Amino acid sequence: MTACPILSIAIFAPWAGALLLALVPRASPALSRALALVASLSTLLAGFSAIARFDPNAAGYQLVERHAWVSALNAHYCLGLDGLSLVLVLLTGIVAPAGLLASWRQPREVRLFGILYLVLQGCALGVFLALDFFHWFLFWELSLIPAFFLIKLWGGPGASRAAYQFVIYTLAGSAFLLLGFVALFVASGSLDFDELSRLAATGGLSNRLAALGGFWPKAVFLGVFLGLAVKVPLFPFHTWLPPAYAEAPAGVSMFLTGVMSKMGVYGFLRILWPIFPSEIHAAATPLLWLALGGVVLGAFAALRQRDLKRMIAYSSINHVSYCLLALFAVAAGPLKSAAVASSALGGAILQMFNHGLSASALFLCVGVLEARGGGRRGIGDFGGARSAAPVFAGLCGIAMFSSIGLPGLNGFVGEFLIFRGVFGIVPWAAATACMGVLVTALFYLTFWQRVFHGPRAGVSAGAFPDIAGADRVALAILVALMFLFGIAPQLLVGLFNPLVTAWAGGLPTP
Amino acid sequence: MNDGFTAHLWLIPALPLAAAAIGALTPRNGRAVAAGAAIAGILASLAVSIASLAIALRAPAAHLHSNFSWFDLGAAQVRLGWLLDPLTAFMAVMVAFVGMLIFVFSVGYMREDRNFARFFCFLSLFAAAMLGLLVANSLLLLFICWEGVGLASYLLIGFWFEKPEAAAAAKKAFITTRIGDLGFLLGMVWLYNSTGTLLFYDGGHGLFDGGQLGLLNAHLIPATFLGLALPLSAAISLLLFCGAVGKSGQFPLHVWLPDAMEGPTPVSALIHAATMVAAGVFLVARIYPLMSIDQALTAIGGHPSIHALSVVAAVGAITALLGAVIAVAQNDIKRILAFSTISQLGYMMLALGVGSWVAAIFHLLTHAFFKALLFLGAGSVIASAHHEKDIRRLGGLARRLRVTFATFAIGMMALSGVPFLFSGFWSKEAILHAAAAWSVSRLPLCAGLAAVVLTAFYMTRLICEVFLGSPRSESASHAHESPAVMTVPLVLLALGAVGLGFLGTPAWPWLESKLGGAPVEPQSLLEGGGLMMLSIFLVAIGLGSGWALYARRARANAGAPDPIEERTPRLFAFLAAGLRIDEFYAASFGRLIDALPALAAALDRRVWGGCVDFVAGLGNFAGLVNREADESGLNAGFNSASESLRSSGRAYSSRQTGEVHGYLRALAVAFVVLAFLAIWGGGQ
Repeated sequence: MTACPILSIAIFAPWAGALLLALVPRASPALSRALALVASLSTLLAGFSAIARFDPNAAGYQLVERHAWVSALNAHYCLGLDGLSLVLVLLTGIVAPAGLLASWRQPREVRLFGILYLVLQGCALGVFLALDFFHWFLFWELSLIPAFFLIKLWGGPGASRAAYQFVIYTLAGSAFLLLGFVALFVASGSLDFDELSRLAATGGLSNRLAALGGFWPKAVFLGVFLGLAVKVPLFPFHTWLPPAYAEAPAGVSMFLTGVMSKMGVYGFLRILWPIFPSEIHAAATPLLWLALGGVVLGAFAALRQRDLKRMIAYSSINHVSYCLLALFAVAAGPLKSAAVASSALGGAILQMFNHGLSASALFLCVGVLEARGGGRRGIGDFGGARSAAPVFAGLCGIAMFSSIGLPGLNGFVGEFLIFRGVFGIVPWAAATACMGVLVTALFYLTFWQRVFHGPRAGVSAGAFPDIAGADRVALAILVALMFLFGIAPQLLVGLFNPLVTAWAGGLPTP
Repeated sequence: MNDGFTAHLWLIPALPLAAAAIGALTPRNGRAVAAGAAIAGILASLAVSIASLAIALRAPAAHLHSNFSWFDLGAAQVRLGWLLDPLTAFMAVMVAFVGMLIFVFSVGYMREDRNFARFFCFLSLFAAAMLGLLVANSLLLLFICWEGVGLASYLLIGFWFEKPEAAAAAKKAFITTRIGDLGFLLGMVWLYNSTGTLLFYDGGHGLFDGGQLGLLNAHLIPATFLGLALPLSAAISLLLFCGAVGKSGQFPLHVWLPDAMEGPTPVSALIHAATMVAAGVFLVARIYPLMSIDQALTAIGGHPSIHALSVVAAVGAITALLGAVIAVAQNDIKRILAFSTISQLGYMMLALGVGSWVAAIFHLLTHAFFKALLFLGAGSVIASAHHEKDIRRLGGLARRLRVTFATFAIGMMALSGVPFLFSGFWSKEAILHAAAAWSVSRLPLCAGLAAVVLTAFYMTRLICEVFLGSPRSESASHAHESPAVMTVPLVLLALGAVGLGFLGTPAWPWLESKLGGAPVEPQSLLEGGGLMMLSIFLVAIGLGSGWALYARRARANAGAPDPIEERTPRLFAFLAAGLRIDEFYAASFGRLIDALPALAAALDRRVWGGCVDFVAGLGNFAGLVNREADESGLNAGFNSASESLRSSGRAYSSRQTGEVHGYLRALAVAFVVLAFLAIWGGGQ
């Protein structure tokens, strides 16, 4: 119990901002933008003050807030923070304001856009900080509503269909998730993640579920798994993602890929793995195949895309699949040493953060291209943009190489650790995943060659001014962070290494 | 071993890196700032490199190092470090010195380019990454810098990015080398997991100064390949070697190097001849204790075991011969030199494979000088002949470009291995002698000797076509000598191309003893004289036949066919197309790369998307059935009852403005308020 409920403040500050915006009906667009940005930046502030109070040498939850809530469900309002959540709060604090900056030129209904965006941001933070299923699930589901309207109202021509598909698909997954937790509650009488995982570690949870009927442990696992797999998305539950990311406005795509895709991975690490350790171990080989499907086929599908936003959407599937590949490898075992497990898990957390930075930066860049092209964003609609806009080309190129995993930039460290860990456990999976790394480089460089190199053509043949204003600020900040975390990964690793060490230490090794 | 100096080795890459940062932030018109910073950076780096060479030579067998923690990982740390030994120091001095000359040359060569400032930024970035690669004491740090030079190479090949060919060549180079780098990455993580460290030297706990490598021979992987056993040490070595194959343009990943000639000529000289492409050779030399550890094994479980170095020797021999054969039929001055580079890198790999890494590094150092000299000479020709690169359209330049011709001829003789006076002769002899002493097979020696004839032949052809005869185009007839900023570096490199050989002659094997860390017995100059006589004879054949074909009967006009083309047009075309290896790749891997994405996209649309649509269709159908049942059955009864409700509904509907924002505002406000109430209310 801390004196200052810093985590509650982190979650509700964006919502307070949304409320404030809603209560000022006559706010000018400029004022609305500024208010939204300030409210969005509150997350970063909360993240820093959490770091100041955070003991980086401890593995467990810190800054815990716990209040009794719905006694009938034994539900508590329980927030807590460990290295994993802290990294994701920081990521939200970086990507969310950057997304608002990228929407600076967005002229329609600025106030409403800000309100929805802030509500979405608060939901994401709630998911990363809640430790009790009851309100965790509220945040999880509530996030769909603002995301739906943000895609539908401000999106491209196909936005309506994409938004419906996104929401219905995710809702369907969540229904299974909810059912799974209802069964868990019936079996154990608790909705607290920590308690459930402690119960699971002793094998008590499976026994109690099995007491309901032999079929239940697997069914509950499958339900929770489906809900999370759709959200990540894990191959082949990913078909909602490319249209949703492609039709959403650039700033929203940044948030979707940077933050919301992490909600699913977070669920895997926070819920599925601790609560169902034996089930995930038993299913590890098929799961590894699915993750590899995301890595390899995601990359190949990206190579096929002509729409640049869809290309980056597929690249997101590829990158996020590495995180799950690492987790599934650790779950598969057997572990020769704790070092490979901590390498894989640490790499997965780093990859979550790094992908958030680079994919959102790339969506920003494609958003700029799209705005210049009046909605055209095909790979063949541009040419030679580098000679027209050298600064834009340079920043976009750095974001691209960060996504390719070039050492010196942020993306490399996470991928290296994942490869090291996965290779130490399931060598064939790491070797297959190499194909994804190669094809990633291939489609990004093809993108770069067609859009930025060659003679000026298409949209960039005419007046094509260099990147400026809010876009330039946001992109420059993201790029600076790519260098920072590429050269000094300790800044992030230091926050979660004790946690990862504890995870790895708790796994069976010979 | 540690001392105060090694903790400052980071300066060697950091100084050019700082220059690159300055160059990146300099606006386009800040030409003097960018070029000045780049040259100052590399000069400072050269000074530190020379100082470190002096320190390294004091104790050649000591591997001075200083390590540091990069980040924590689990209970351990990921550590990197800097290393100073004669191998590092000789390479660093060479890279900084040749680099400095090429930077100066570029001031003249690139003077009319509008991205002049950016060019020097990229050059400095390259120098930083290359020097970092040399002073790395960790395979991971080496890999980081390795990828950095790949990036610099990509940026510089595509420097004239408006040209579609340059853009395509840059992509091809990056992707092709990355195929090899993935092997490197896998080998590295395998090594890391097997030994627990990636540091080369770590005060008795590193890969090469601890007992770690012995583990690799002890732990065998139960794999056999073509009836040969594959020990773990060989598997890791060969994966790492993949990286070297890509970077150093070895068969079968050599195809990017000729295309890389789309870059500005100083880039070809620095990166794609003298330094970066030699990084693969350096890598194998650096990890030689690992590469050669499996020599101790002869058979595992009844199967003879694969030796990593035998594979290296085979790849090197094939590449040496292949590059030389293809070079014979090229018409672009830079492509001739590019295939020659491939062939010479093959020689170096061959030397590594047959067990003499010292000979490989000796040849690497001499080759860096004479090949940089040849490329810069070609650059001087190209710049003075209005960017004409086709040797058929040049000619008669000897009288017009006297300095260029003289220095180019020195480079040509060094490359051809003209005896005694030129450095290339001594380093090539060292390789041939090592190959002759190899007990496993005679084939590498035969390939090396065949390439000797071809090298002398194609270089004679090149120099005759470009400098002798009469000008065969407008641009060639108006050529005039380049300014001093370009010719002075040529002269300095020519001095190196002659003088460097005397550091490693059999009579005074100074370089060998310093590199190896143990004194080498001087031998008579004519030791192994039979082989030396043979190779001198072969050089003479190459020079003579080249002279007979191209000098005695000089080409009359640009359209006339090549003498070889006249005799065997189909063979010549086959060689000119690089044995059609590119076409083979396009037809095989290229097809695959087209087909797999189509498959992935079709899976998405038809199979996975189809499943989703099917489920959605089921849902729609269920909804339809439900509604029909409700409308015709249940609702009919309710309709009359609900009439009264409608009137009250009218009052409510006046609040329904139909404006979506109104709804949404209410929705959002309600959600936030409800959430606050629920939490505060529930928290009592």
